Parts: sequence; C-alpha cells; structure tokens
Amino acid sequence: MTEPIIRIDRLDKSFGALKVLDGLSFDVMPGEKLALIGPSGSGKTTILRILMTLETITGGHIEVCGEQLYHMQKAGKEVPADEAHLHHMRRHIGMVFQHFNLFPHKSVIDNITLAPMLTKAEPKARAEARARELLEMVGLADKAKAMPSQLSGGQKQRVAIARALALQPRIMLFDEVTSALDPELVEEVLLVMKRLAAETDMTMLLVTHEMGFAHEFADRVLFFDKGRIVEQGPPDKIFTTPTHERTQTFLRKIIAAGHRV
Amino acid sequence: MEWDWAFVAEITPTLLEGLKLTLLITALSAVVAAALGLLFAILRRSKNRMVAGPVGLFVEFIRGTPLLVQLYFIFYVLPDVGILLPPLVAGVIGMGLHYATYTAEVYRAGIENVPKGQWEAARATNLTASQTWTHVIIPQAVPPMIPALANYLIAMFKETPLLSAITVLELMNQAKSVANSSYRYVEPMTLVGVFFLAMSLVSVVILRWLEHRYGRLGK
Repeated sequence: MTEPIIRIDRLDKSFGALKVLDGLSFDVMPGEKLALIGPSGSGKTTILRILMTLETITGGHIEVCGEQLYHMQKAGKEVPADEAHLHHMRRHIGMVFQHFNLFPHKSVIDNITLAPMLTKAEPKARAEARARELLEMVGLADKAKAMPSQLSGGQKQRVAIARALALQPRIMLFDEVTSALDPELVEEVLLVMKRLAAETDMTMLLVTHEMGFAHEFADRVLFFDKGRIVEQGPPDKIFTTPTHERTQTFLRKIIAAGHRV
Repeated sequence: MEWDWAFVAEITPTLLEGLKLTLLITALSAVVAAALGLLFAILRRSKNRMVAGPVGLFVEFIRGTPLLVQLYFIFYVLPDVGILLPPLVAGVIGMGLHYATYTAEVYRAGIENVPKGQWEAARATNLTASQTWTHVIIPQAVPPMIPALANYLIAMFKETPLLSAITVLELMNQAKSVANSSYRYVEPMTLVGVFFLAMSLVSVVILRWLEHRYGRLGK
C-alpha cells in the first residue's frame, strides 16, 4: 500500500492566546486533490502556510514525503528543524498565493526562472525553455517579456502558478487563488487549475470559497471549523448530503451569498 | 562697503581649494553614512535584544545630540584617551556617523516598504536568506530610498562648514582665513554663499529627477 505523502499528526497552532489549529490530524495520499473549505478563521489557510513553512507550529508533527517537516534528528534526539532542514523540505512544496506575490521588478519569464536557476542551479537556457512551456500551458506564451504590472489579475495568478510549477514540487498549495480576482477573471484561473489537476499526478491542496470549483476539482473535501475537521468525504457527499449541522449551515450561507455549489 | 572684483579674482583659487575639500569630505562622509547606516539598520532588525537594544540606544543618542558637539568630542576629547585623529578623518567620521543614524532610518523604511508577500513568495520558491535579500528585497527596497538618501547628501554638504570648528580647511574655513588676513569679509562670504547655492541648486534639480524616476518612500 502506498504511504501518505503528507501526515499531519495532532497539530496545534496558536497566535498568542488564540488557538487556530487544535489537535488537527489528517493524511493526504500522493496525487490526491484536496479541497479545504470552511468559514474564515477556521484555520484552513493556516494549514497551507504551515506546510509552506511560513508559520511556526505550536505542537504536533507533520511528515512530508516520508520526512519530518518541523523536526529533525540530532544525536538520536528529536529537535526542532533548523533553516537548512526547512530549505531541504521546501523543495517538495510549492504555493500559489491569494495576492499572487509576483516579483514586480522582474519580467514574467524572470519570475519563473529565478528560483530554478538559484536553487537548482539550472542553466538559463533550460530554465527559460521550461518557463516558456509553462507559460504556454497557462495560456500566456506571448507575455514572457511583460512586467507583472502590465498584466491583469487573472494573468498574474496564472504566472504565479507557472512560477510555482517551475520548481516541480510534488505538492502544490493553492490559497484562495481566485479571491482577489474580479469575477470575470476567475474562470481563466480555474480553467488552468482544472487542466493541471487532470494532467499531473501532483498532490494538491486547495483552500477556496468557490464551492462549485471545489466540487469539480477535489477527490476529497475537508470541512473545517474552529481549527478542527468537522466533516470530510467525497465532494458529492459533502455538497449534497452533509451529515453535520455546521456543514449544512455553512453551505446554506455560502449559497445565500450567491456562490455556486 | 565696496565690491572688489580684483580681490575676488585673487581669492577664488584659494576658495576653490576649499570647495574641493568640501566636496571630498561630503563624498567620504556619504560613503561612511551609507555603509554604517546599513549596518545600524541590520543590527536594529536583529532578533537578539542584546544587539538591537544597545544599537537602538546609540542611534537615538547620536540623533539627539548636535553634530558640532560630536565633532568637538571626536577631535578634542578623544585625544585625552589616546585617540588622536587628523582633522579630516575626525570630520568624516563625525559627519558619517551622524548621518548614518538618518540613513539607517531610510533603509529601515525602505525595507519595511517591501510587502510581506514578497518575503513569503521568496520562501515559497525556496530561496535562501541571502538570495532573498539580493534578488527580491534589496532590488525593491533601494529605488524608493534614493531620493531620501540624496536629500541627506545635500543636507550633509551644507553642514560641512561645521568642520571649520575642528580646523578642517574646507570652503568656509578658507574663506574665514582669507577674510581674517585681509579684513574683508564681503567677497569671501558672498562667494561661499554663491558656491553653496550653485551646488545646492544643481543637487535639487537632480533630486527632483530622482524623485520623479524612483518615486518616494511611503507613497
């Protein structure tokens, strides 16, 4: 049997007195597409940020690709991971942000080639060839030389997806990638992600308020509330016959707010 | 009071010598202020309170006391503890140190001006700390700093006459000695004013252009 690519074991996270994640445990299998849904403040974005090592953890363990993410062995004892270990682990994981976070002083192609050239010592020609393939895939082959400021939000986000893919991570994290977009630009980004999900065996974790997309995209949906998983299952089950009352209330509110399910 | 063009012609070469030294002092002090300021800014960002605290206190102390007093201290008091510096060196250290506390603030603002998302994107693409600084943060932080730094450069230039107090023969001191030996003040002092004004006007034009080119901090 295959081993999970991510194992989250009794994970705690507090910001000061505020407990964001509370003894959270779940596994993700290689290639699985996971949608994390739930009210704001339920901790779903925090999980992605923790996996990307943008936050520290308060307690618990995370295993990624068979190795501890936040811990390492030193003289037979388990100690907190140092920066070198985190750097080593981060190569497995890529992330796309709500606000794109493209490097504004670099052209589209330089945004994509920067990290492969620096962190994997890829020769410029190869990094650029790969970047052009990725731009082709996200439908922006003609924008290689453009600066981020010349792009629309949807185009920026597609570049950000290409930038993350250029490092060929095994796990991709998508943090509300369409929330900052004008409604008419959402579709082009979702289309790219759908193709990506269909064409690759990458493991993907998606935090979203687009319930229709989560339904279509995910193999499994996790409903979060107050730092815990309230309910999880295949999208058909969660979106049509949720068992838990809090899930029902949440989905009702989302529909009332005009989101498609 | 009469304006004597012959006297002007006579003293101009001496004053130009002074101007050359003034420009040299400004340039050297600017280098010290730029480098030392960066050091202050980095140390004040340190997570170690034993570093950040004392450096912060020192910076506040330097900012809170007049440059003239600091110059006197470096040139006239330090020899008492065995540190004897030539006037020019003392002047450059004094000016550089004083203005470093201001440039440090510009660096800090410039660095904080770079959105948090840029640090996170650098981390998510697995850049190391030094790669993040050199490829992501500094290229974005520096351009908006340039007008503010240039502003301090002009301010520094206009404060160089203070160094006459510690016997540096810069423009003002040359003018003073010419005036004292000939008992004529109007031409030397007017020329000093004109020289400074001319340099400042040119600088202001350059500064406006820099602001136009790079924008301003906090905008």
